[in-house]
Amino acid sequence: MSVRSIVPFGPQHPVLPEPIHLDLVLEDERVVEAIPSIGFIHRGLEKLVEKKDFVEYVYVAERVCGICSFMHGMGYCEAIEHTMGIEVPERAKYLRTIWSEMSRIHSHMMWLGLLADGFGFESLFMESWRMREKILDMFEYSTGGRVIFSVNKIGGQRKDMPDDMIADFVGILDGMEKEIRSLSHTFLNDYAVKSRLEGVGFLTKQQAHDLGAVGPFMRASGIALDTRKTGYAAYAHLEFEPIISTVGDSYARTDVRIREIFQSIDLIRQAAAKIPAGDVAVPFKGNPTGEYLMRVEQPRGEAIYYVKGNGTKNLDRFRLRTPTFANIPGLVETLKGCQLADVPILILTIDPCISCTER
Amino acid sequence: MTDNQLTDNKLTNIAAVELLASCQQLKNDGYHIMQICAVRTTGGYELTYSFGLDYAMVNLRMIISTDEEVMSISSIFSPAFLYENEIRELFGVQIQRINVDYKGNLYRIAVKTPFKD
Repeated sequence: MSVRSIVPFGPQHPVLPEPIHLDLVLEDERVVEAIPSIGFIHRGLEKLVEKKDFVEYVYVAERVCGICSFMHGMGYCEAIEHTMGIEVPERAKYLRTIWSEMSRIHSHMMWLGLLADGFGFESLFMESWRMREKILDMFEYSTGGRVIFSVNKIGGQRKDMPDDMIADFVGILDGMEKEIRSLSHTFLNDYAVKSRLEGVGFLTKQQAHDLGAVGPFMRASGIALDTRKTGYAAYAHLEFEPIISTVGDSYARTDVRIREIFQSIDLIRQAAAKIPAGDVAVPFKGNPTGEYLMRVEQPRGEAIYYVKGNGTKNLDRFRLRTPTFANIPGLVETLKGCQLADVPILILTIDPCISCTER
Repeated sequence: MTDNQLTDNKLTNIAAVELLASCQQLKNDGYHIMQICAVRTTGGYELTYSFGLDYAMVNLRMIISTDEEVMSISSIFSPAFLYENEIRELFGVQIQRINVDYKGNLYRIAVKTPFKD
């Protein structure tokens, strides 16, 4: 007869850079139920929108997360721009696309490193982060900072990238692509890696849909949805299709994210070839009225930005539904039936960002 | 029930008593829960429930008074439990019968219902 016990997992744990807690109900070593617990570092950033005016709040939105900072700023700006009817210049839309895809590469490379660290493959972890440094160097070169950009503003961009800089970046990405292909060969074919990922933590297509999963976590279960296809920024002008896998296990999630890195490099190439000359921002007057729900495909999945203006400089409400928040019910489902030793890897495979979740 | 548009996504205004039936209809049509958003209004709250199917998003909105009780939709859309616990703890909306009820312990916050005032 199996022994039933409850094991607390987190909020401090070697695989968790940020605090999340799970109460794991075990039968011997098998998880039969998991109850998630968040809220250890809730910051109430949404409430700050009542203190900061809507222009200043861009800086707060960017600070929701250190990895997706650019896309948080962009999502907030695009939501405000829609409520105010501001048409952003085409060049600004392409710049937003290029920086967004660089952010995605950066995030996925960081995740690959954390995953490798999670299953104890230290050299793979270090290689992933060494390659990621090149993206951070490009951030610094183009924006002045490795993390917080402060390049988004309502109406466009604060900074431009000269055409020769964009060409240099494409050249660097060409070199990176070769290195990442070599790295991905190990991630997808090494015996030790596959033994930790294959057949672990299944989420079916129907479960992914019913549980509201988003991003690579959802696409690895066979749902071909990618919010970039809605055409925000300059994505309407670029050729791409959502990357999916039909397997739905931890290996499939790794495979999808690796292929998304190559997709992002291709999107940057396309954007670099098509970016028009011109202004990067337009002036605007007045305060936002009305409301808007802006959907942005972050590296971890779809984020939803809701703004509601009242005609004054302060919004009535800013709300951010983050991808990790949406993926927690799916994570709980994947944990059911797994071994206790697989729990850290499974948590990593949703690429949790607690900083976003505790906005 | 009245219809209008929220951005590019459909918004339907409903009464609180219509919530569960409307959600069940959306569930039958294949939608999944995307988010629930609360906004403080004078004398109450505005709750917006967003549902997705492929790239489409539809929203249900209802206006409730401060003391009005709202039934949880987690019996229909199980992931709603997180959104409902969050709204109850941050805004103080009285949501009843949440399938995973944290009883005020989802967030470790020093101030009770900080978004209420």
